[in-house]
Amino acid sequence: MNYAVEVKNLNFSYNTNTNKFLLKNINLTIQEGEFIGIAGANGSGKSTFAKMLNALLLPTEGTVSIFGLDTKESKNLFAIRRQAGMVFQNPDNQTVATIVEDDVAFGVENLAIARPEMIERVNFALNAVGMQDFKNRSVAKLSGGQKQKIAIAGMLAILPKILILDEATAMLDPKGRKEIMQIAQKLNKEQGMTIIAITHFMDELLLADRAIVLHDGEIVLDGSPKEIFKNSARLQEYNLALPPVAHIVQCLQQNGIPFEQVFQEEAFVEEICKLLQQN
Amino acid sequence: MLNDITFGQYYPITSFVHNMDARAKILLSIAMIVAIFLADNFYGLLLVTGFTLFMILVAKLPLFRVLRSLKMILFITIFMTIFTVLFGSKNDAVIAKWWIFVITYQGIVNALFLVLRLILLVVATSVLTLTTTPVALTDAIESLLTPLKWIKFPVHAFAMIMSIALRMIPTLIEETNKIIAAQKARGANFEKGGLIQKAKAMIPVLVPLLVNAFHRSEELANAMDARCYSGSKKRTKYKKLVFTYRDILAVVFVAGLITGIVLLNKPQFANMEILRQILHLFKVQVSW
Repeated sequence: MNYAVEVKNLNFSYNTNTNKFLLKNINLTIQEGEFIGIAGANGSGKSTFAKMLNALLLPTEGTVSIFGLDTKESKNLFAIRRQAGMVFQNPDNQTVATIVEDDVAFGVENLAIARPEMIERVNFALNAVGMQDFKNRSVAKLSGGQKQKIAIAGMLAILPKILILDEATAMLDPKGRKEIMQIAQKLNKEQGMTIIAITHFMDELLLADRAIVLHDGEIVLDGSPKEIFKNSARLQEYNLALPPVAHIVQCLQQNGIPFEQVFQEEAFVEEICKLLQQN
Repeated sequence: MLNDITFGQYYPITSFVHNMDARAKILLSIAMIVAIFLADNFYGLLLVTGFTLFMILVAKLPLFRVLRSLKMILFITIFMTIFTVLFGSKNDAVIAKWWIFVITYQGIVNALFLVLRLILLVVATSVLTLTTTPVALTDAIESLLTPLKWIKFPVHAFAMIMSIALRMIPTLIEETNKIIAAQKARGANFEKGGLIQKAKAMIPVLVPLLVNAFHRSEELANAMDARCYSGSKKRTKYKKLVFTYRDILAVVFVAGLITGIVLLNKPQFANMEILRQILHLFKVQVSW
């Protein structure tokens, strides 16, 4: 069976004449249906890595395969981009059309899909992100979060198996961020879509099945989010902070208060209540 | 500061004109422009004005919104009016003469024609852009330019460039306002000084705007790549352009308009009897 993503001995540099790589010796496999969170400080190479996954950038050394298709083979280019859809950071820089439905249809038009199916796909994609009421609106008048939903819908209309969110929540307000992550979770749970969320918000990693931390172009941590958060000393070394709740719990523990390691706010509140009842 | 640029901005409602085929609208707009220049007396221009107002009414556009696009041509209109009025021909009935300036009735009439034509031109074309989405507009241009494919003109690329340019207008305006605010916060002054000083003050706005535009275009290109865009491959269209009864009706109306103008251009109308009468009321004797 093919992995959704298979990365072997990947080295990458924009400048081919140098030995200083931006991505160094990356080996990674991702199964279909996984929800992966990739974190890293600025300049850790996480966005560069994301662009490797849909052949926007090609490896200098090593290989990247999406469902067994090598990104270096130019004949695979469109097949790969159909499988691995990518949503970018800035909502203003990825809409092509002025009207919502036209923008969602853009990718489908590029695939030369016949019109009846196109209409179906646009409706499906807008429904999946809960934006069907905005179909005829002007993109410019939407909020950042809504624009990002449209960008996701534009990707979904292509029917990809992998959705890559390249810091797609970085420019959004908390509400927008939450909604985008909820959509990603829903797509993962209900449609078995492989999600690769690149982020510098550590709390977003909690939603993932598996978290990967990049530092200086290398994978330094790879495991369940909870395992990774236990390594707070190492996270600090990589210029990353624990999510707020985990940080408070850690401080409490350090001060000798017996506290379960929890990460979500709800669980945290429960723990406090338990502690108060005991006293 | 830049919020009132309406040209090229779609006004999203539904109306008879909104529902017309964009190709028909483009061709009829061209016909309107021809009509505006074809009319060589006030009756003809009055007819075009009436028709333009009728167009706005049918398109359900608020008049102030349409007239706002006239701001663009304010300067050029004033300039051309002054020029035309001050430099009349000495062979006409001269009202006043000073140094190299000659004011004639014919000059004033010409200026009036000019202003009216300019206004009608801008209003008529704004009706097109206010009632047609940029996507429909570029689709229509692409469709109308199809014959040029035979001479290897990149019709699709041309249409795509146009649609992205139109799409970026609000984004770049927003960004310009942000940069202006940011430079003001750093103590820049955009209101003070003469024309040259004001123009100089715009440099710290234009440079970051240009740099950001390049940045944006790179990101947009990536996003388009990610959505399987390739300029050359065959694409399908989401919005289909269909010629309906509306377009036929509109063609009939515009054809009627042009016929009317041609008729009004006949000599018996051309000597502007009414205008002479009006001027006569003010005890002005004119002969032309």
